[in-house]
Amino acid sequence: MVSSKMRKALDDIKIADFTWYVAGPLCVRYLADCGARVIHVETARRLDGVRKLPPYKDNVPGVNRSGYFHNYNCNKLGVTLNLEHPKARELATRLVRWADIVAESFGPGVMDNLGLGYERVKQIKPDIIMISLSSKGQSGPHSALPAVGMHLAALSGFIEITGWPDRDPALLYGAYTDSIAGRFGAAALLAALDHRCRTGSGQHIDLSQYEAGLQFLVPPLLDYASSKRVLKRNGNRHSYAVPHGVYPCKGDDRWCAIAVFTDEEWAALCRAMDQPSWVDDARYATFLSRKSNEEELDRLVAQWTLKHTAEEVMARLQAAGVSAGLAATAEDLHRDPQLAARQHFQTLEHHEIGSQPTTAWAPGCPERRLSWTGRPPSWGRTTTMSSPGSSAFPMMSSPISPARASLTRREPEM
Amino acid sequence: MESPLAPYRVLDLTDEKGFLCGRILGDFGADVIKVEPPRGDPGRRVWPFYRDIADPKRSLYWFAYNANKRGITLNLESADGREIFRTLAKTADFVIESFAPGYMDGLGLGYGSLSQIKPGITMTSITPFGQDGPWRDYKGSDIVLWALSSYLYVTGDEDRPPVKPSFPQAYLHAGLEAATSTLVALHHRQLTGEGQWIDVSAQQALAVISLQNQQYWDLARFNPRRAGAFQHLSGVRWPLQRRLWQCRDGFVAFVLFSGRLGAEGNRALTGWMDREGLAPECMKRMDWAAFDPQGSDLTDEEHGQMMEALSAFFNRHTKAELYKMAVERRIVLYPCNTTEDIMNDPHLAARNAWTGVEHDELGAMLTYPRPCVRFSDASCEIRRRAPLLGEHNGEIYQGELGFSRDDLVVLKRNGVI
Repeated sequence: MVSSKMRKALDDIKIADFTWYVAGPLCVRYLADCGARVIHVETARRLDGVRKLPPYKDNVPGVNRSGYFHNYNCNKLGVTLNLEHPKARELATRLVRWADIVAESFGPGVMDNLGLGYERVKQIKPDIIMISLSSKGQSGPHSALPAVGMHLAALSGFIEITGWPDRDPALLYGAYTDSIAGRFGAAALLAALDHRCRTGSGQHIDLSQYEAGLQFLVPPLLDYASSKRVLKRNGNRHSYAVPHGVYPCKGDDRWCAIAVFTDEEWAALCRAMDQPSWVDDARYATFLSRKSNEEELDRLVAQWTLKHTAEEVMARLQAAGVSAGLAATAEDLHRDPQLAARQHFQTLEHHEIGSQPTTAWAPGCPERRLSWTGRPPSWGRTTTMSSPGSSAFPMMSSPISPARASLTRREPEM
Repeated sequence: MESPLAPYRVLDLTDEKGFLCGRILGDFGADVIKVEPPRGDPGRRVWPFYRDIADPKRSLYWFAYNANKRGITLNLESADGREIFRTLAKTADFVIESFAPGYMDGLGLGYGSLSQIKPGITMTSITPFGQDGPWRDYKGSDIVLWALSSYLYVTGDEDRPPVKPSFPQAYLHAGLEAATSTLVALHHRQLTGEGQWIDVSAQQALAVISLQNQQYWDLARFNPRRAGAFQHLSGVRWPLQRRLWQCRDGFVAFVLFSGRLGAEGNRALTGWMDREGLAPECMKRMDWAAFDPQGSDLTDEEHGQMMEALSAFFNRHTKAELYKMAVERRIVLYPCNTTEDIMNDPHLAARNAWTGVEHDELGAMLTYPRPCVRFSDASCEIRRRAPLLGEHNGEIYQGELGFSRDDLVVLKRNGVI
């Protein structure tokens, strides 16, 4: 709920963020949204890889134009630090000393090779909390093979169970398991912070995106373990709901999902479709009869939905007490009155791509309706962070402001 | 080793919409007490079942997401039940619930009342659409939430309706979001002593995970469509990129990368294909270090040849053969695993990613995935199986609240516990 206090929950927490791509940055972004002060470290030789992945603003590639980078690095400050340069070690040491948390998402061993493995980091700051968020964990025979989102959605079993039983599986768009691992990472860091509060001891967290994904499939894994039954993709069927599916509506490629679990909901659907006689029709009156006539029912429901827009179908059914929702396009989300009422989107100004909507990564966070106005660090702007040589980085003790979230590539990289 | 959240107590009133939240807090060591109606939580009837026998004592869904919790029965709709709940709330740090908006308030157990009984308490509410807004009373279900998040629209074959994963996911995302934001509130309480009411909307928890297609709209006014095994992109030369490939016994996920990773893997893959006589000229002469998957060093015809050759090559091999070679040669290719493949994955075995959990009531040991968070200096394990109905009534009502055995009989008979 709305908190009246302007203090953000995590504004005493400082994070040195060495993560890149998706899962790691959004783990940290979650905490940044709740007020943690974050310095995202990049190197000019190897930019955060998502800066080079579409979508770009107006489809024009550019290091400051990627949607991924924009969305996963809001509320962070950005610095460049070439960790392979010997002098960078000293700066990295200062950064670690400043931080409560060190986050990284490279392959196993990379941070060790950079002199920033957990053992070294712990020497610098004994109570440091470090998270290594990787694709398959810090150990194991396959841990060295890199992966991006779709690979891990495949490995964790989600792709094989998505699609129609008589067809090939369907791709899950984007980086599905990254969002699972990112949130688990944020939760783990918060638990570790509380543990440190009480015990004074830090922690290294080894989080495998693969294993995080499996947490969302525990029942079918138990089913295989106990009955040797393999979960199969089954379209939009549901074992105890009927009708249950996605139905075509008026317009170009418009759809509405409908889920009917109980006899009462079935009766409500019939009335909403102006077919009251179907309620007691022997073919559909009971769950089992509906289930055995499921294909025919799907056809009948589709005949009705096709006469209406997806918005009308949804509104009419929800008013009648039936679970229904249009298959929203990204464009539709900006017209969604519920998301608008919940202030789901926030517009950020960005010097190169202009005003862009983004969403809080912590939608349950108490401060979600207060300002979280930081934007992602840009590349190649004027510097505010000259030489962080003195006792501490000067900007670090001051509140994060967007104007400070910038750096330059004209300076020699340290 | 101590668990990171060992000192805290959670009262978990959720049904399947919120199970995962308490499970995660329990994995982190909190004392989670699942509070169920005396007739049992509806989640005990959720598929699948142990050895396929439908019985509320055998729901694998219940087992999976209620491990690490103790269980008591309590009827919140009775005056005695509410009084007992208030007493219990005094011992709790967190209350998690997933009732319809307004239900807890209607019982006099809303956040306002609970925070008077126990200052600093955090209440976490998990609902389909949140506590306010025009849709707060709408009915949510997995498929409907998936639809309203925008993930559904971009998934499936273009000649059929959009489709979702065949195992419900929406309330797992909501539960994970709830656990994470509850821990944010804990941190806030440590510093200020103040509690919070956390309001988690499953729709929002899901909408933020379907981000790449949303970014396409926001940045380039492009609505990607579902394209089966392909990813539908914009602003590139071949806007449909194949990502899933049939092989001998299933599918693999693969796309030709550029950059350092692509240079190494594509070269290795080309060599392997060539040894089997399947590498087309354009792949053999390609300078993979300079390769641009959308670039001008390929004609449309050559691009087509390459895709056909890859398809023919993958079709000759099994998932396991392809993945083994991928690991050895750093080819970024992964199998589309089934639940069977996952349980037989040697990598997970080497990571010790499974744990046996004793189900004394079934006379069996069941294999669970271990919690995914590995702390170096704290414990995060499955310490107890999901509770039987009212299993810890004695422990908590007699042991902690001081009720006598006779009291319990009366409470039981009156339908309070």
